[in-house]
Amino acid sequence: MKLLEHESKEIFKREGIPCPKGFLAFSPLEVKKYVKKLNKPVVIKSQLPIASRMKAGGIKFAETAEEAEKVASELFKLKINKFKVSKVLVEEKVDIKKELYLSITIDRYERKYVYLASTQGGIDIENLAKMHPEKICKVHVDPQIEVKPFDLIYITNKLGLTGTEARQFREIAGLFYDLTVKYDCELVESNPLAINGKGNLIAVDARMIIDDNSLFRHPKLKKKLFEEELTSFELKAMESGFSFVELDGEIGVIANGAGLTMASMDSISLFGGKPANFLDIGGGATSERVKTAVNLQLKHPKVKGVLINIMGGITRCDEVARGLVEAVKETGIKKPITVRMMGTREEEGKEILRKNGISYLETMDEAAEEIVKLVKGIKIGNPCK
Amino acid sequence: MAILVNEESKVVVQGITGREGSFHTKLMLEYGTKIVAGVTPGKGGIKINGIPVYDTILEAKEEHQEINTSIIFVPARFASDAVFEAIKADLNPIVLITERIPVRDSMKFIGYAREKGIRIIGPNCPGVITPPKTKIGVLPAHVFKKGSIGMVSRSGTLTYEIAAAITNAGLGQSTCVGIGGDPIIGMDFVEVVKMFEEDEETDAIVVIGEIGGNLEEKLAEYIKETGQKKPIVAYIAGRTAPPGKRMGHAGAIISMGMGTAESKIKSLNEAGIPVAELPSQVAEIVKSKLEKLKK
Repeated sequence: MKLLEHESKEIFKREGIPCPKGFLAFSPLEVKKYVKKLNKPVVIKSQLPIASRMKAGGIKFAETAEEAEKVASELFKLKINKFKVSKVLVEEKVDIKKELYLSITIDRYERKYVYLASTQGGIDIENLAKMHPEKICKVHVDPQIEVKPFDLIYITNKLGLTGTEARQFREIAGLFYDLTVKYDCELVESNPLAINGKGNLIAVDARMIIDDNSLFRHPKLKKKLFEEELTSFELKAMESGFSFVELDGEIGVIANGAGLTMASMDSISLFGGKPANFLDIGGGATSERVKTAVNLQLKHPKVKGVLINIMGGITRCDEVARGLVEAVKETGIKKPITVRMMGTREEEGKEILRKNGISYLETMDEAAEEIVKLVKGIKIGNPCK
Repeated sequence: MAILVNEESKVVVQGITGREGSFHTKLMLEYGTKIVAGVTPGKGGIKINGIPVYDTILEAKEEHQEINTSIIFVPARFASDAVFEAIKADLNPIVLITERIPVRDSMKFIGYAREKGIRIIGPNCPGVITPPKTKIGVLPAHVFKKGSIGMVSRSGTLTYEIAAAITNAGLGQSTCVGIGGDPIIGMDFVEVVKMFEEDEETDAIVVIGEIGGNLEEKLAEYIKETGQKKPIVAYIAGRTAPPGKRMGHAGAIISMGMGTAESKIKSLNEAGIPVAELPSQVAEIVKSKLEKLKK
């Protein structure tokens, strides 16, 4: 679960990591009010769950309250990727002497936490990692041992930091680790972590991602969705507990298990079609759930045909067949569907399909190829669509 | 011999009284898996499918010294304790079926197990099957048949799909290992492939990967260094999947371009490992490789 900058900064401040003074504003008028209160040059930052807001124009500067109001009204009209700007963080502008980078994340292969630190922070950090990987200091932390002072001394020495800067950096890095443990973070990041005119370190930006699987340990961190991130169909699918992602194509995909669903999409592409989405019904879906899934697909305006690919294990083919038949009857929508099912209760499932005039194919390849052909056939029939 | 599990595996089922635990205990027993005890704290003294249940593994071991393997169905919030208990009792391997375990917990118990030389398979995995001897997991038995193909996979149903095709092609499996789909898992591709390389009953290896992480790239690195001792054929799911969630800049820095299907296919090809475009092609490619070997 991604936290927004202002949420991350609230936590940072609570834990003792210095951040610029600022206020959350929901309108240009509010921005104006807060700038007057701050009585300083400000930075106005759109609060969106994406990285690289600066590059996308989501961060603006202003000297006066009037200018801030004007700039903010532009920001509130802005849409970056799918996201509309609905709130901004108004902060005093930090007099940045140097931009550092600091994060802690998970190294999947090493099965450990890893610190990433650099004295060349800022918007080009990913480029730096590609061009000059040696300029990024990496230190792994074993969660059984936790972070030790020597880890942090090593980092500041590698970065060439000395005196107060080194001391403050180590303190913040230590707090980053504490945060990671306390909130089950997959990421704690500050870019830039700035050195200001007075030589003090301050987290100009803050990002946190919490491990979704840990949310039972953090009842205060309510699971929240960035609804803009999801289409209305994705929201519906999520409410039904499906794993569902919309794509650009025209063939809806229903399968069980992420690997098989991805493989079904890949097969469609290989036969010259384009998947409209990814819908994984998971394991052991009832006919009711299958009906909901098929309903979603049939009612989706972009979907011109549906591929259903089931490898029965704990999922039973007869349940799938029953759900499919019900959805087709209920919606009355006639879009081509190809079905392939194998495994638990395969024969019973096929029998249900036969009785209801729904054809099926024996292999995944045949079903993928067939749906591509059928959908292309529709296209030729309706060239205007 | 096959790998990891065989007729010598004497199994304790942790979480045997739960819905999944009791259901799959029954299926495993039907397959012939030697399950000797179950553990659920607070439920000691009862029997499930004829299997005695204990409160702790230590008590189970006092009665059944032969226990050497664990399979865990315990819900995510208690799974970590269950794994530590199995490690402490020196059970090896530990098959961890549970999904949605917090990644910090996984890092801790996997780190501890690795130090002690104990193999964890999973979490969030379908388990291991050595047909026709034993099945320690939730894999559907009917798609597997004794044979000479070692299978290792990050996926569930896709593994069954490819296993069925291999079985239908008359090949069958020595052992099939589902290593799990979580970001942090115990055994990885390299470790399982090494075991298959040394296994006399395995003639060829099938690797089923998917996008995300760098386990496939690391396997390619290993094969590049040591050469292909046995034919390996791969399939990677997710060629057309959109890029997954990015963990800020750190995600990009740490993955360094690895993780995409292109990256995985390219690295595997460079190591001389063919990557099938369709799941159905895997069996054909394996078959042709084996025929070449015979000549």
